[in-house]
Amino acid sequence: MKQYFHSVTLDKEKCKGCTNCIKRCPTEAIRVRDGKAKIIKERCIDCGECIRVCPYHAKKAITDSFDKIFEYKYKVALVAPSFYAQFKDKPDVNVILTAICKVGFDYVFEVASSAELVTEVTKNFIQKNNLPKPVISSACPAVVRLIQVRFPNLIANLVPLLAPIELGARLAKERAVSKTGLSPEEIGVFFITPCAAKATYIHEPLGIEKSLVDGCISIKDLYLRILPVMKQIKKPKMLATASTDGIFWAKSGGESFGLSNENNIAVDGIWNVIKVLEEVENQTVEDIDFLEAAACVGGCVGGPLTVTNCFVAKSRINHVLENTKLSPSLYTYSSDLDEAVRWEKTIDFEPIMKLDSDMAVAMQKLEQLEKINDNLPKLDCGSCGAPSCRALAEDIVRGFAKESDCIFRLREKVKKLSVEKGDAQ
Amino acid sequence: MSNRLLLHYNIDSADLHAAGEVSSTVKKILKQLGVAPEIVRRVAISMYEAEINSIIHAGGGFVDVEITTQKIFVRFTDNGPGIEDISLAMQEGYSTASQQVREMGFGAGMGIPNMKRYSDDLKISSAVGEGTVVEITVFINN
Ligand SMILES: Nc1ncnc2c1ncn2[C@@H]1O[C@H](COP(=O)(O)OP(=O)(O)OP(=O)(O)O)[C@@H](O)[C@H]1O
Ligand code: SF4
Ligand code: SF4
Ligand SMILES: [Mg+2]
Repeated sequence: MKQYFHSVTLDKEKCKGCTNCIKRCPTEAIRVRDGKAKIIKERCIDCGECIRVCPYHAKKAITDSFDKIFEYKYKVALVAPSFYAQFKDKPDVNVILTAICKVGFDYVFEVASSAELVTEVTKNFIQKNNLPKPVISSACPAVVRLIQVRFPNLIANLVPLLAPIELGARLAKERAVSKTGLSPEEIGVFFITPCAAKATYIHEPLGIEKSLVDGCISIKDLYLRILPVMKQIKKPKMLATASTDGIFWAKSGGESFGLSNENNIAVDGIWNVIKVLEEVENQTVEDIDFLEAAACVGGCVGGPLTVTNCFVAKSRINHVLENTKLSPSLYTYSSDLDEAVRWEKTIDFEPIMKLDSDMAVAMQKLEQLEKINDNLPKLDCGSCGAPSCRALAEDIVRGFAKESDCIFRLREKVKKLSVEKGDAQ
Repeated sequence: MSNRLLLHYNIDSADLHAAGEVSSTVKKILKQLGVAPEIVRRVAISMYEAEINSIIHAGGGFVDVEITTQKIFVRFTDNGPGIEDISLAMQEGYSTASQQVREMGFGAGMGIPNMKRYSDDLKISSAVGEGTVVEITVFINN
């Protein structure tokens, strides 16, 4: 199997081994071993929680360096709508987009535009197909990964449609090819990303073999580059076309806003998402038609690579277009999109928690695990480097840790040894 | 080493905040054992309903789980008020839940019918004033 790419990685130099992150990881993917944090790759869903919590900024998201765009003859920026919420004083979106062109891009595509189209397709899809309720949005890759590793029964509830980022990449590339006559390889499509999950997505796309996005630049990075440039723009190019329906996708509740179902709920923050998915799995919320779930508090405006506080940004999203004159969109919905944005391959369950592929052996290991766990102090103190006593017991059974990693067990052992020694004297 | 895994859990009295904890724990264990998702789902739904019932109707109790490579067997025991007419309680829509409980979103009378639907075998025995035992079996067909 090829190595799964993760955007979220550890900067070993900066990590102090403090254990702040281990409990905040929703999939128990982090351990501190030999004084440094370690991410168990198979378990990480790139939600970015550890990036937010690390006091030493030792967890980072790998995005591309800005220079990478210059490897292409024609450079396209796919701008996530959350980008607009980074700026104070409701700037004209045309100014933002013009500034992006000024710092090196040849063309900008608003992901809000493709989001509008995805909304239309989603409406039709839900109407025509009988998906289990509630239908779950597949727009946040961290949530889809979470479902893939932890809620396999809910894979069937996911909307099997391309996310706006991918449809945007397709439309933008097609347009750039026809505009310039260049070959698709000479055109670089870069997503301006609010998060690590989307950065991972372009390497490990969902529902398709290969993403058409060629790289990603973090919102932070581009923000700093265009801020001074924006001030100098007196006469912006008229580039803004996306309406609020698409722009609202940036905040929690925005995607369902465009769908006209009766019972939609929007859940944000990975821990809240987990709680609700547990309920969906228990079938206690079947009265809900559509579940929008975002790993970040506030939705994408709360992404770990954004600049502005998510609550401020969420409110700004409501006012993005106040000083913007929109031009007519080049991209309109047509029914052939319905087929075009369908996932081409299924998403498979990844049983990362399995102790052994032979159930009888797994049962023996589990019995051992429970026994070890019974002997641990149940303080979940984290000193051993595992998020809970039970997680340590699991690590021991898997052969990655030993009982004396628990400082309480170690102390007992030392005491016992010294008593024995004392007796001997 | 036996080929049988036995687990035991207490369901704390009328604490609705803890509702679902046991079924959630067992769900996690079944996933660690590599039990197929569909089987896990059926066990989890049945257990969740039984767990809620023992909290809202009987003030808590305890759970015994027996896992083999062939099946998952779960027994809920409580010392609650018992069920007077079990066949009535099995009917969809039958509920004696109080107004207060209904306001919390329970009391549709769908719990036991769901247990029946998602398990391969469901046995309920009960004596008024003594308590209720609910036994759920789900087979693992490899
Ligand atoms: N452990 C129990 N002890 C006493 N009575 C019970 C117990 N479990 C169920 N019952 C009785 O059986 C009835 C039907 O149970 P069932 O779970 O089907 O519905 P419910 O709990 O009332 O509503 P719902 O499960 O839909 O929230 C209950 O209303 C209650 O009278
Ligand atoms: S990104 Fe999320 S899942 Fe991955 S290690 Fe960090 S907290 Fe855990
Ligand atoms: S909510 Fe948005 S920003 Fe956050 S991880 Fe998901 S896609 Fe990325
Ligand atoms: Mg019930």
